Amino acid sequence: MRDVAIIGIGCTNFGELWDKSFRDIFVEAGVMAIEDAGVQGEEIDAIYLGNMSAGRFIEQEHLSSLAVDYAGLASINIPSTRVEAACASGGLALRQAVLAVASGYHDIVIAGGAEKMTDVDTDATTDVLAAAADREWEGVMGATFPSIYAMIARLHMHKYGTTSEQLAAVAVKNHYNASMNSRAQYQSPVSIENVLNSSLIADPLHLLDCSPITDGAAAVIVAPAEIAKQYTDTPIHIIASTQTSSTIALHDRKDITTLDSTVAAANKAFNTAKLTPGDIDIAEVHDCFTIAEILAIEDIGFFKKGEGGKATEDGLTAIGAEIPVNASGGLKACGHPVGATGIKQAVEIAEQLRGEAGRRQVDGAEIGLIHNVGGSGGTAVIHILST
Amino acid sequence: MAVSRFWRKLRHRYNLIGTHCTTCNTYYYPPRKMCPQCRRDGRIEECRFKGKGVIVTYTVIHAAPENKAVQTPYVLGIVQLDEGPRLTSQIICKPDDARIGMRVQSVFRKLGEDSEQGMIYYGTKFIQD
Ligand SMILES: [Zn+2]
Repeated sequence: MRDVAIIGIGCTNFGELWDKSFRDIFVEAGVMAIEDAGVQGEEIDAIYLGNMSAGRFIEQEHLSSLAVDYAGLASINIPSTRVEAACASGGLALRQAVLAVASGYHDIVIAGGAEKMTDVDTDATTDVLAAAADREWEGVMGATFPSIYAMIARLHMHKYGTTSEQLAAVAVKNHYNASMNSRAQYQSPVSIENVLNSSLIADPLHLLDCSPITDGAAAVIVAPAEIAKQYTDTPIHIIASTQTSSTIALHDRKDITTLDSTVAAANKAFNTAKLTPGDIDIAEVHDCFTIAEILAIEDIGFFKKGEGGKATEDGLTAIGAEIPVNASGGLKACGHPVGATGIKQAVEIAEQLRGEAGRRQVDGAEIGLIHNVGGSGGTAVIHILST
Repeated sequence: MAVSRFWRKLRHRYNLIGTHCTTCNTYYYPPRKMCPQCRRDGRIEECRFKGKGVIVTYTVIHAAPENKAVQTPYVLGIVQLDEGPRLTSQIICKPDDARIGMRVQSVFRKLGEDSEQGMIYYGTKFIQD
């Protein structure tokens, strides 16, 4: 197995991009990454594209061909593959690219992620997102996607005394971080009161506990570490890439307040990288809802089970604190174009490790972790990146 | 959801019929053809649950796609049946009355209405026991 590094990154602005189509945004992100890496089109060996539901959002399947075609690479006939695991589709695309390069099968590979969510109305989007859960035994019974995380939140509060204010503290931190991110969908800070006074979606989750509906795309270019320096002075090494699964339905988990897929992915990743949670300088975690960030920082091992809410309230996950989490603003405030999220997380950590994150830069960050979840934890992907 | 897809599991939805693995004596609802513990060594038979259980966790849903059969707010919970398995279902009660640990029993109710296909879905919900 060869060591793998990121040599180029690109990411569109996140938001309601009314004037841009699906193909516009993935080409925009891809071209940024290609220019950043300084690779020529002919050097690209393969593409992996993460996308959850173009079939329902824009009535387009066969994205593999579409991506190659509009990236201008159809003439060289390279393999292109779309991968899907709901909100973890981007993380899977990155991992597939890493495996392809590590194995020696390919050298220069694009891992992209894209989702165009705003071409359908909110009811339709809600229904598409509910497909990340078990349609027959959660969706049909009346579950919406937020309601599933709301049931986790309710039990976390019951077992550990987590409060609505602590959930809100996640949103407040991430909105503040996003105010320093020009790509973010929401760049205005919010207060605890704003979150608590926003409308209830699924009790105890308010509107501002939920990530928004977003259009966006991101891309990274990976290559064998041994040739990475030919392309960039600052290759970002991928020192662990793990992916795990668990039950699709929340009701079948042993512990409803733990994403066992995250625990397993983190354990494997730390073993592979020979690191512990304390070695991580910065993390981008999957905060599709505020409770999801609390679960993530516990299940990855930054904090003990049940202490994530208090840790957040105490400011331990802010930029400059013990373990800065979601400096980009996270899914919560930077936005969550589902298939793009896992790649955007890699772009953010690569920028941070290069020292190019501007006002939200975490000083001296050398090792970063990214954590991407599909559904309510049926899939988890973790990558550890290093300078 | 397609009529055929709902119809396929109609008996299980209407009568709370799941499965029981006689090898490891574990009960499953929704029904499973493969026991996750015994896999190919498992012996699966159908079983009808008594419909009594306890609320493990719940939420009050205030925002949901339009559904003529169910008005928001409504209560959704994970119920652990006395035989062991857990399932996701609506709890018919005032939102303020739902509690973790509350004893519940199953009832047969309308789940949804599909205006395009003119179909009404029925299935299991729970009320306080
Ligand atoms: Zn068994």
